[in-house]
Amino acid sequence: MLEHYLSLFLKAVFVENLALAFFLGMCTFLAVSKKVKTSIGLGIAVIVVQSITIPVNNLIYNYLLKEGALAWAGHPDVDLSFLGLISYIGVIAAIVQILEMTLDKYFPALYSALGIFLPLITVNCAILGGSLFMVERDYNFPESVVFGFGSGVGWALAIMALAGIREKMRYSDVPEGLRGLGITFITVGLMALGFLAFSGIQL
Amino acid sequence: MKLRETIFDPIFKNNPIALQILGICSALAVTTKLETVLVMSIAVVLVTGFSSFFVSLIRNYIPSSIRIIAQMIVIASLVILTDQILKAFLYDVAKSMSVYIGLIITNCIVMGRAEGYAMKNGPIMSFFDGVGNGLGYSIVLIFVGVFRELFGSGTLLGFKILPLVADGGWYQPNGMALLSPSAFFLIGFFIWGLRTWKKDQIEQE
Repeated sequence: MLEHYLSLFLKAVFVENLALAFFLGMCTFLAVSKKVKTSIGLGIAVIVVQSITIPVNNLIYNYLLKEGALAWAGHPDVDLSFLGLISYIGVIAAIVQILEMTLDKYFPALYSALGIFLPLITVNCAILGGSLFMVERDYNFPESVVFGFGSGVGWALAIMALAGIREKMRYSDVPEGLRGLGITFITVGLMALGFLAFSGIQL
Repeated sequence: MKLRETIFDPIFKNNPIALQILGICSALAVTTKLETVLVMSIAVVLVTGFSSFFVSLIRNYIPSSIRIIAQMIVIASLVILTDQILKAFLYDVAKSMSVYIGLIITNCIVMGRAEGYAMKNGPIMSFFDGVGNGLGYSIVLIFVGVFRELFGSGTLLGFKILPLVADGGWYQPNGMALLSPSAFFLIGFFIWGLRTWKKDQIEQE
């Protein structure tokens, strides 16, 4: 049993890395990876939001939206799954907002550290993508908790690694047209190639 | 004149992917086949156009503190429509694109145009601005898609262009073109080409 969750976790972190295998959250991934310090802040924020929103969306899907999910309310033949997208994004926006207010009130130090990254996360495709993958793969509640945390960790790991490489790259002589965004794309490509090595691992 | 600039500027001069780093998320995963690329492009052009149009229509009634959520709801409704239409008429394509149709919601191009242009301009211009940016996104996607399908499986839109060794032809398919990293390299080269052509887009460090 424990083994199942461990393999799910490792798979979410390495084999099915949201950033490098599924290209999710690329906009922020490329835009906010200039410095290691800021990327750590963003990485932590993503882990936190991911491990809250995916389980919550899982509950919403299983008890409200799925076909036959409303049986407990006496409507066994109602299928609301077409409302999925709008409810997930609503949940994400609301949770980010609540998290922001809670942190501001009780953990001001953490709040100022995460600062501008929290609102950015609402439009991060990795968060919504995580929820959609959870629905597609039909995870149950404990699995969704593990998957949420794992996928967040994987994304954070990828952005920190990229930021480290970009900091070093400042000293190299890049061709003019490639400078900035172009070379970053190629770097990410090479990183993704490295992460492909994990895809052969059977867990 | 202004209309033409609104539509055509985002294609090369101010490309959302190559210059503004917007909307890369969903761009890369759907580009292994040209067919999915075209469906994705049409979906994004329409969603961006109409979301800008509707956001612009209601822009004077949205309180600025909840504007993100209001825009999100407009966008999400349009994406649900797209999703349902694709599932009804192009089920196989929709299936192969899995979660990426839904991810149009968080495609930063849609949100970025709603926030950056439609909140300040009239509905008609906003519509064309959205369409233009959608086209700028499509052009990069089509570029990547053509290369990946041609070199990865020797076909374009499913038609055989390069006869494969496996079928008695001469072309040995490049398996890497079908894997995810090749999309990054192709976009990197696209940006390189674009910036060699238009020098003013080169970044200063």
